[in-house]
Amino acid sequence: MNINKDAFLIEDLSKAEKAPTRDGYGKGLVDLGEKDERVVVLCADLAESTRSHWFKEKFPDRYIEIGVAEQNLAAIASGLANYGKIPFISSYAVFSPGRNNEQIRTTISLSILPVKIAGAHAGVSVGPDGATHQALEDIALMRVQPNMTVVVPCDAIETRKATIAISDCCAGPAYLRFGREKSPIFTTEKTPFQIGKAIVLREGNDATIVGCGMLLYNALVAAEELSKEGIEVAVINSHTVKPLDVETILNSVKKTKAVVSVEEHQIAGGLGSAVAEALSQNFPAPQEFIGIRDRFGKSGETDELIEAFGMGSKSIKEAVKKVIKRKSK
Amino acid sequence: MSEYIHDKKVKELEVMANKIRQSVIEMLVEAGSGHTAGSLGMADIFTAFYFHILNHDPKNPDWPDRDRLILSNGHICPVRYAAMAHAGYFPVEELKTLRKFGSRLQGHPERSALPGVETTSGPLGSGLGQAAGIAYGARMDGKKFRVYCAMSDGEHETGNLWESAMFAGKNKLHNLTGIIDRNNIQINGFTEDVMPLEPLRAKYEAFNWHVIDVDGHNIEEFVDAIEETKAIFEKPTVIIAHTIPGKGIPEIEFDYDWHGKPPKPEEGEKFLRELRTLGGKIKSEHE
Ligand SMILES: Cc1ncc(C[n+]2csc(CCOP(=O)(O)OP(=O)(O)O)c2C)c(N)n1
Ligand SMILES: [Mg+2]
Repeated sequence: MNINKDAFLIEDLSKAEKAPTRDGYGKGLVDLGEKDERVVVLCADLAESTRSHWFKEKFPDRYIEIGVAEQNLAAIASGLANYGKIPFISSYAVFSPGRNNEQIRTTISLSILPVKIAGAHAGVSVGPDGATHQALEDIALMRVQPNMTVVVPCDAIETRKATIAISDCCAGPAYLRFGREKSPIFTTEKTPFQIGKAIVLREGNDATIVGCGMLLYNALVAAEELSKEGIEVAVINSHTVKPLDVETILNSVKKTKAVVSVEEHQIAGGLGSAVAEALSQNFPAPQEFIGIRDRFGKSGETDELIEAFGMGSKSIKEAVKKVIKRKSK
Repeated sequence: MSEYIHDKKVKELEVMANKIRQSVIEMLVEAGSGHTAGSLGMADIFTAFYFHILNHDPKNPDWPDRDRLILSNGHICPVRYAAMAHAGYFPVEELKTLRKFGSRLQGHPERSALPGVETTSGPLGSGLGQAAGIAYGARMDGKKFRVYCAMSDGEHETGNLWESAMFAGKNKLHNLTGIIDRNNIQINGFTEDVMPLEPLRAKYEAFNWHVIDVDGHNIEEFVDAIEETKAIFEKPTVIIAHTIPGKGIPEIEFDYDWHGKPPKPEEGEKFLRELRTLGGKIKSEHE
């Protein structure tokens, strides 16, 4: 077993309980409401499915309903932050930061205001709603805006920590991404979390997996199975896509000399791109990409779609084997 | 090809609307997710369109001179799919594939997936602009077909819908007709609590539209309103169709909790029985 003890993961992956990451957001908001008067939550007619209604029930005076108007959601939040509040804006990622991208760019990022953007229902794992509702480009949209912090937590516990951390840590804007479906909870309360600090979940010398979001579970399963075949893979939880923890990634890749990036997002512009940008400048190494290959999503069940788009543990194992073959002798 | 309507035809359409509601329930139960309230509420209007108003050819969905029916609030696509299937666009059996992997009936409609759906929608507020673009282009080329855009009330909270309304008003797009499903609900509650829309009529009038209010469950009144739009040459028209969300199933009518959930299988059985017996008024042929 190469599990990093300092990551305090659950003992047995196959026994992981499940909860949607958005539940962690809802709980984190309530925690924040209690400890910081300045925190306000804005929502665009999606209170229940973004779990903002948990905050609304506890702090009705600090919940602001915007209606179906995501551009206005961003602009009003900018105004509130300009005045001195810490606004969290909740919607689906396709609408925020999708539809309101320019409002975020000008009134939030360029203005360096502490608006926290929560994009729910990201990825094909949204399921039956189909392509229109499955955000696959939101990491890219947010990553290219200066001043923006981008965080993609891997399970409900980490989402709760991330929600609190992005309120505390950054004076500027931040984007927090999460999913719709229940996904395995494999971190624990003890697992460390700090914005900008990647977590080595597992050590290994043959290849490095750098991932974010719920697919990290599949990555850990893949690593466990590969270990039985004698292949030892490091797994890094790069929950903060921006600023990327280049140091932690480099430390591992200098040993393994091969990388597989794993994310539920277009390959173009996401975490994998960020990793490739960092490696090509510091320590070029062969890389394989697990993610969406320039396609839109579609209707289906979550597991079915994760498989169909090549993001299951089997695909991750294949990518690891492929990248190992590509290492220069 | 639309015309003023006779009592006998109205009765036929009412029977068809009931069939379409049954299909909607069956589809949503089978899918296990989807939007019930709006789909049931718009069944009468979609029936009127596909079985009386539209100049269309189900066997030739890309016929260039067809009337266009744009669905802006894509989440109520079950009612559109059901009406299309019953009108002969595709086999009624295919309705059971709604929201499933590999289906042409995507959870929100996609132009490239199924011929006849005209546009991709789901994200709210973008249908009217696309409809206005089609209407504008058609008028440039002297085309005579009409463009209809079905919208929800909730999506009138989006800014871009009003940008489109301003464009259509400025350009006097008399070949464009908007239809609003004025059911007073959205996800977080009643529209007037979440973000008041009234006075909706006055807003459209201020944007230089002709406005007609109708009972969205009175097919005759709706068809008459559509006829009226054809006589308005200097403005686009919007028909504010006052509807009951969940219409046809008394226990879910007016309840915004039914915006985005499907009936469970047992509920579905019960709802289908209610529809087949018109709420116990007649005997069902299935019993
Ligand atoms: C731009 C955008 N924002 C948010 C949503 C999520 N959403 C889907 S339906 C809906 C409610 C809108 O109210 P309405 O269309 O009147 O609902 P209905 O009457 O059918 O229940 C919302 C907010 C969306 N589809 N598009
Ligand atoms: Mg409505």
